[in-house]
Amino acid sequence: MTDSLAYAHDDAGAPPSRFPDYRSTVLRSPSLPLVRIPQTLTEVTGPAGCWDRLMGSALADLTTQHEGAPLGQRIIVTGHVLDEARRPVPHTVIEIWQANAAGRYIHGKDQWDAPLDPHFTGAGRVVTDGEGRYRFVTIRPGAYPWGNHRNAWRPAHIHLSLLGPAYATRLVTQLYFPDDPLIEIDPIANAVPMPYRDRLVCRFDIGITEPNWALGYRFDIVLKGRDATPLEEEA
Amino acid sequence: MSDLESRNPASRADNQDAALFGQTPSQTVGPFFHYGLPWKGGADLIGKSDMGARPELFPEDHYVLNLSSPTGTPTGEAIEIAGRVLDGAGEAVPDAMIEIWQANAAGRYASPDDARDEVAPDPHFVGFGRASTGEDGVYRFRTIRPGRVPGPGNSLQAPHIALSVFGRGVLKRLATRLYFSDGEGNDFDPVLGLVPEERRDTLIATRRADGSWWLDIILSGEGETVFFDL
Ligand SMILES: [Fe+2]
Repeated sequence: MTDSLAYAHDDAGAPPSRFPDYRSTVLRSPSLPLVRIPQTLTEVTGPAGCWDRLMGSALADLTTQHEGAPLGQRIIVTGHVLDEARRPVPHTVIEIWQANAAGRYIHGKDQWDAPLDPHFTGAGRVVTDGEGRYRFVTIRPGAYPWGNHRNAWRPAHIHLSLLGPAYATRLVTQLYFPDDPLIEIDPIANAVPMPYRDRLVCRFDIGITEPNWALGYRFDIVLKGRDATPLEEEA
Repeated sequence: MSDLESRNPASRADNQDAALFGQTPSQTVGPFFHYGLPWKGGADLIGKSDMGARPELFPEDHYVLNLSSPTGTPTGEAIEIAGRVLDGAGEAVPDAMIEIWQANAAGRYASPDDARDEVAPDPHFVGFGRASTGEDGVYRFRTIRPGRVPGPGNSLQAPHIALSVFGRGVLKRLATRLYFSDGEGNDFDPVLGLVPEERRDTLIATRRADGSWWLDIILSGEGETVFFDL
């Protein structure tokens, strides 16, 4: 174990757990300080190479899961999963879920009065290649209202979930789109302080866009990296 | 030749801005993750049931996540772990997601970063699972009781399962652990030892009459679970 390195702590872009503008954080966040623990073998290990066995094969095209094509703007989202030293994170899983073009989830508890799309589920899963690259095809989700306060609207977003190499690198996040005025007034996005909030905004890229087919966006995901402190010294 | 085909908008402060490079910030999992994250069998680390699936929450033809395909039965004592997730008002949290990560019965992680040849891997045990709470706030897993794994220095950790808590209103993963009330080494565990004595009980599951191990997760307020800064 002496050659194992601990993963970094949260950097300055991490949101707090309690952010009162996002109302439901108040009763759902710890009121006492977190207890700092050394990273042991438990925290620096994680499942690897078993995605098919656990979850099934990849679902990289969310527009072809049903008989017909979903309504909405077809888009390509691609980028790299990296660590903080810009090293690629290969063969790691990204789980994806989102609302349809009208901003409606197929979830039974979504009460937003926008149409469901029988041709769109909005769930996918990809695994990065040896260079940490990923790519998926979907439709651009719509904005939707929510109950945080009167006239609250979530900016259009895609939910992303990554495990990375270890328990310590687990990340659930949301991807936002450029030029969406709702980002600036959304309490969930606003929990991330500026300028780091902009890390969650993908970039339109004509080089990813495919002629007569789909708009392309680039979004890199950066996981906690291993810093220079060996586990034993941290303890 | 025209550059029209490759002309991009001017660069801006966004995900690709080199000056902003760093950890991608966490965001809540929200209330609608059930059709995207909990695969069938995600909460059953032993067998081939669809435990962990939530088919009642959306139409069947939108269940695109597969069933686990285990390769065989893992070695060790089969156990059930369960508990309620409660908020700061003592109300059940019906839309939390819980993940577990643990060693096999011999105390070895199914991870390339656990390279100890002297402890046997179990080809049939991954040790990662995912469940979501029901209307009553209860989560439930079927798994193997983990063995002991090394801690810092020459220490040995008591048997434990690492837990992650996600949910609507949870902006970043809350990390905690489940220990067993009869676990060997609890009194000398290097992580439990860092927890104020009066709060250690929040990490220790107790055995119920039906044999299952029970641990409530209290997100805030009285009896608040100890969460870790890793
Ligand atoms: Fe959402």
